[in-house]
Amino acid sequence: MVLASSLAACGSDGDGGTATLTWYINPDSGGQAEIASRCSEQSDGAYRIETAQLPRESAQQREQLIRRLAAEDSSIDIVSLDPPYIPEFAEAGFLAPVPEDVAERVTEDVVQSAIDGSTWDDELVAIPFWANTQLLWFKKSVAEAAGLDMEQPVTWEQLVEVAEQQDTAIAAQGIRAEALTVWLNALVESAGGHIIEENAPDPEDIQLGLESDAATEAAEVMRSVSAVGGAAFTTAGEDANVTDFEEGDASFMVNWPFVWPRALGAVEDGTLEASVPEDYGWTLYPRVREDEPSRPPYGGINLVVGAFSDHVDAAYQATECIVSEENQAYYFTTNGNPASKASVYDDPDVLEEFPQAPVIRESLEQAAPRPQTVYYSEVSGALQRAYHPATSIDPGRTGEQASQLIQAVLAGEQLL
Amino acid sequence: MTQTTLPPTKKTAPVSAPKGTVSDRSRSERRLGWMLAGPAFFVMLAVTAYPILQAVYESLFSYRLTDPDNRAFTGLNNYWVILTDSLWWQSIWVTVLITVVTVTVELVLGFGLAMVMAKALRSIRPVVRAAILIPYAVITVVSAFAWQFAFDINTGFVNSWFTWLPGVSADTDWFGDWGTSILVICLAEIWKTTPFISLLLLAGLAQVPEVLQEAAQVDGATWWQRLWRVTIPNMKAAIMVALLFRTLDAFRVFDSIFIMTNGANGTESVSFLAYRQTIARLEIGLGSAVSVLLFITVVLIAMAFIKGFKVDLSSARGE
Repeated sequence: MVLASSLAACGSDGDGGTATLTWYINPDSGGQAEIASRCSEQSDGAYRIETAQLPRESAQQREQLIRRLAAEDSSIDIVSLDPPYIPEFAEAGFLAPVPEDVAERVTEDVVQSAIDGSTWDDELVAIPFWANTQLLWFKKSVAEAAGLDMEQPVTWEQLVEVAEQQDTAIAAQGIRAEALTVWLNALVESAGGHIIEENAPDPEDIQLGLESDAATEAAEVMRSVSAVGGAAFTTAGEDANVTDFEEGDASFMVNWPFVWPRALGAVEDGTLEASVPEDYGWTLYPRVREDEPSRPPYGGINLVVGAFSDHVDAAYQATECIVSEENQAYYFTTNGNPASKASVYDDPDVLEEFPQAPVIRESLEQAAPRPQTVYYSEVSGALQRAYHPATSIDPGRTGEQASQLIQAVLAGEQLL
Repeated sequence: MTQTTLPPTKKTAPVSAPKGTVSDRSRSERRLGWMLAGPAFFVMLAVTAYPILQAVYESLFSYRLTDPDNRAFTGLNNYWVILTDSLWWQSIWVTVLITVVTVTVELVLGFGLAMVMAKALRSIRPVVRAAILIPYAVITVVSAFAWQFAFDINTGFVNSWFTWLPGVSADTDWFGDWGTSILVICLAEIWKTTPFISLLLLAGLAQVPEVLQEAAQVDGATWWQRLWRVTIPNMKAAIMVALLFRTLDAFRVFDSIFIMTNGANGTESVSFLAYRQTIARLEIGLGSAVSVLLFITVVLIAMAFIKGFKVDLSSARGE
């Protein structure tokens, strides 16, 4: 498919005709392809967008894109990129600079975390598209039985206590994958710390915050949750978590909003009892410290334009269409991917499909991005090695080990 | 009883052949040979020698794909970093373990299957052969996914079918521990590549002259004795080819680990390490050095096999 679309890109008309743009998309439920055809139609022949699908895992998406861009692939016009990789791409000169007027328009009315995630070196280098965040999902019946007031902010400690008392599990992402870094980062940030305290152009000068009190508290939470995380906690990713939650093995779960359409879809298909999603409750991500608001994970997808594209102007024109309020609302309601534009959350259609929308919006306002660094992949890989499996974390020592590993890896003195 | 093999045929040079000079005819034959084999030879050089030499060259640099401007010559430093890192030695150990376990089991199983294929009734032979070969036709990534799904705690059937085995329960997380992960990886590899070994051994079995079997039978040798003294010695070259190919293949194990554990719980193999440095970390220099070390190890294994078996590979072709 990729080959076909790059061939098509080669065949595009350069002299004022229709530019054929290739949009590299992450796999979804067909929403991006639909938006592509809508925008192509609306462009009145200015451009035509074709989509090319990237691998499922974000780390593999990055690998493919980076290899292509390092070889100056001109078929890469627009890319749906996971925010933590944006600094690496920007620093390597793989992204076409965002025109000022476009930057102004696409950041209007956009939630702060999505703008932060699209910014590198104080400049907007990506177009905020959709912004994701994790919520705390819970079974209302279990919370009630435990006497837990979910109207008030809850802490991880409380959840662990309730899980033990009610003999249930907390589903979180204990798998050795990017999801583990997402969890760790949210915990460290919620405790008031940062994985990277101070950034530096030279990787050896990067100051890490993994030996701080906040990081130690985060490690303690990870460890205590892993004890009530269910049978396959150390291999469970987002999908396995939802399965556990749907089947009732877990009564609490931190996860992205796709949980909701997935449950409703399963009810429609007859594979899930209708009473299961009826028991679903949702609220803000749990706190690490009782008196400090949590900083939930920030994810989603931002759009970047390839530096070697032959149609940079048309590509930026297309990105503006893609991230329009209408398309974001469509994407939210049909594919379950929350918008980055705040106004979308007031859309009655959105509110009907996603009763969680107000909480998602609130969560996005306080969400914290993962450490922004050119060396994100190494930092994340080293964190996963040090903090996995969560069952064997030693809160007093794991942070120090992780720091040493990251520093040695960044200095090129150790394998990963 | 000693081993029974056919006496080597002596090759005698024809008396009439003149020494030292090359006739017109052989010269033109040689030219024809080059013209026929030459293109293939150059293609081989382009697709194997060139990347190998490039990897050796790159391995002497500190070079990050996204930062080509800061590429610097560091000599053998990359090799020093690798060889002093415990992760390298751990992955060598994992790789050797997987290689030894899978190749040993596959050799025994493969030999059994080859015997079945050779001795099966003529009418069902094609069916047996096809059935045995199916796993080999499956793409490794697909087989890795199949095995992963089978052992997965949510989607798998293994946990519910094999609860009668000690240590297996509905909550057994196969990919959560080093030992169980390696076990599943080995099982998948064995299932997938035993057909390859059995196919090579089948070819070897066909080469064992029936006369020798009959002679041994007349001498009163039991089935077991014939197997050890006649069959196996006569198919030494085939066994060696099968073992060599499979060992080299097993030593480069990647797909199953990539799919099943993604290197978690210390299950990284040497190839996986090369992948992570080169493709994930984009450290072309360090990754190339890992690849070069992997290549050297593979060459050493091949040499050890050829020396150890004392078999001239060309003799397998009956030259």
